[in-house]
Amino acid sequence: MDNALVATHHHTDETAVHEEHEHVVLPQHRHHFETEQQQREAGTFGMWLFLLTEIMFFGGLFFAYLLYRNWYHDAFVAASNQLSIPLGATNTAILIGSGFFMALGVWAAEVRKKGLLVLFLVITTVLGFAFLGIKYVEYHEKWEKHHIPGEHFDVSEFVNPQAYGLKEQPLAPDMAQKTQVFFSLYFAMTGMHALHMIIGIGLLFWLTWRAYRGEFSSGYVAPIENFGLYWHFVDIVWIFLFPLLYLINRHPGS
Amino acid sequence: MSEHHDPSNVTNPEHAEHHIVTPMTYTIIFGTLLTFTGITVGAAFIDLGIFNPIIALAIASIKAVIVILFFMHVFYQSNLVKMTVSAGFFTFLVLITMTLTDYISRAWGLW
Repeated sequence: MDNALVATHHHTDETAVHEEHEHVVLPQHRHHFETEQQQREAGTFGMWLFLLTEIMFFGGLFFAYLLYRNWYHDAFVAASNQLSIPLGATNTAILIGSGFFMALGVWAAEVRKKGLLVLFLVITTVLGFAFLGIKYVEYHEKWEKHHIPGEHFDVSEFVNPQAYGLKEQPLAPDMAQKTQVFFSLYFAMTGMHALHMIIGIGLLFWLTWRAYRGEFSSGYVAPIENFGLYWHFVDIVWIFLFPLLYLINRHPGS
Repeated sequence: MSEHHDPSNVTNPEHAEHHIVTPMTYTIIFGTLLTFTGITVGAAFIDLGIFNPIIALAIASIKAVIVILFFMHVFYQSNLVKMTVSAGFFTFLVLITMTLTDYISRAWGLW
C-alpha cells in the first residue's frame, strides 16, 4: 500500500487544484483518507449504520402498534377515527415539502451556491416548525377531550358515541378502556417522531449558521448531506405513521 | 481520480463517479410523493374491506422507497452503501416476521 499513491497530477480542473499541495488539509479530505471519495463514502456508510439503528428503534414501536391493533381492533378503530385526516394530510405535505427543500439544499452545497443553501436550510426549518405547530394543535385537542392515557382518561365518547354525534359503534366499557392503548402508542410514536424533528431543527440552526459562514460552499458537503439523510429518515417515519394512525381504520361503508 | 496510479485499487474500488442530483429530479420526486399522498388519502375514504390497510401500507412503502432512492441518493451510491441499506431492511423484516410467528402461534388451535 505504500506505493499505492504515486502523485502524478495533471489536473486542469480548478476544483482539484488542492491535490497539488498535499500538505493542505481540507475538511473534505482529511489526511487519513486516500481520496475525497473515500472519505465521503466512509461518512455515508457510517450515517446509514446510524440510521439502521433508528429503523430498529422505530420498528419496535411499529411492531407494538401492529400487535395491539390486532388484539384490540375495535378500540383502535374507534380511537383512530378521533384523529383529523385534514391535519394529518397537511402535515404529510408539509414534511415532504421540508424534505424537498433539504434535498435542494444538498444540491446548492454541491454546486457551491452559499446564498441558496442558506435559503433552502431556512425554508426547511420553517416547514419543520409548521409541522410541530400543527402537531401542537392536535395534541391540545386530545388534552381538552381527556384523551391522554392515565388517571383522567375519559371513555365517554367511546361507550356512548351517539351522544357526541359520532357514527361509531358503542364499545363495551372494558374494550373502551383499551382506546388508552391506542393513544399511548399514538403519543409514543408521534412524540418520538416530534423529538427527532426538534433535534433536527436544533441541528438545522447550527448548520445554517455554518453555511452562512461559507463552510459548505467550497466543496465540503458531507455535514449537509448526512444531515439530509437524517431529515429524510424522519420523513419516512412519518410516511408510515400517517396511514397507520390516521387512515387505515376508516370505515367509509358504515 | 482516475489519474492516480492506484495498483492496489483502494482509493475508489467501485470506480463510482460522484453524481449531483439536479433540482429537476428533486421536483419530479416531490410531485410524485404529493400525488401518492393524495391517492392514499382518497383510498382511505373508499370501502375496500381488508384491502384498505394493504393499499395504505403499499403506497407508504412505495413513497419510502422513492425517498430512499432519490432524496437519500441511494440510487446513485456505491454497491457498499446499497448493500448496507438493503441488509438493514432485510434484518428488520426478519425480526418482525419471527416475532409475529411467535405471537400468532401462541394460542394455536385454542380459538
